[in-house]
Amino acid sequence: MTKSELIEKVTEKVEGLTKKQVEAIVNTIFDGMKDALATGGKIEIRGFGNFRLKQRKEKTARNPRTGEQVQVAPKKVVHFKTGKPFHIALNS
Amino acid sequence: MGLPRNETQLIVEAVFDTLKETLQKNESIKVSGFGTFNIRNKNSRVGRNPKTKEEVEITPRRVITFKASDQLKEAVEKA
Repeated sequence: MTKSELIEKVTEKVEGLTKKQVEAIVNTIFDGMKDALATGGKIEIRGFGNFRLKQRKEKTARNPRTGEQVQVAPKKVVHFKTGKPFHIALNS
Repeated sequence: MGLPRNETQLIVEAVFDTLKETLQKNESIKVSGFGTFNIRNKNSRVGRNPKTKEEVEITPRRVITFKASDQLKEAVEKA
């Protein structure tokens, strides 16, 4: 499923809104989530899951093609954890 | 956007309900600019209780993996 398919599905589900309006809301949701993570926040969506950042340490890696050693700076990465009720629903 | 709060809430719920229903059907979701949700089937394997060292069977299960898009990765890198 792509974002445009998601917008279509949601437009079918919610009555009285145009696809354009739903598109604006869907974009607002994901932009908002991105902004929240970019400012170091944690996102908790009840019944779905949590998004939070994990710290990655600085490390020495190797360019697999040239074998050259490169230093990778410390950084943060997004981690998603499925919510418990959703995990149970997927496995029953 | 001029929508009442309760209506907005309904739409937000519809969005996450749709994501859940889609993943439930073993279909992955790509939200451009944000990331991709994949669903993976994991076979049963032998695990160990780290505290008691006891061996236990981990049952086969379906798990969701999330991969951030390049844009999201870049946005959070220095958070």
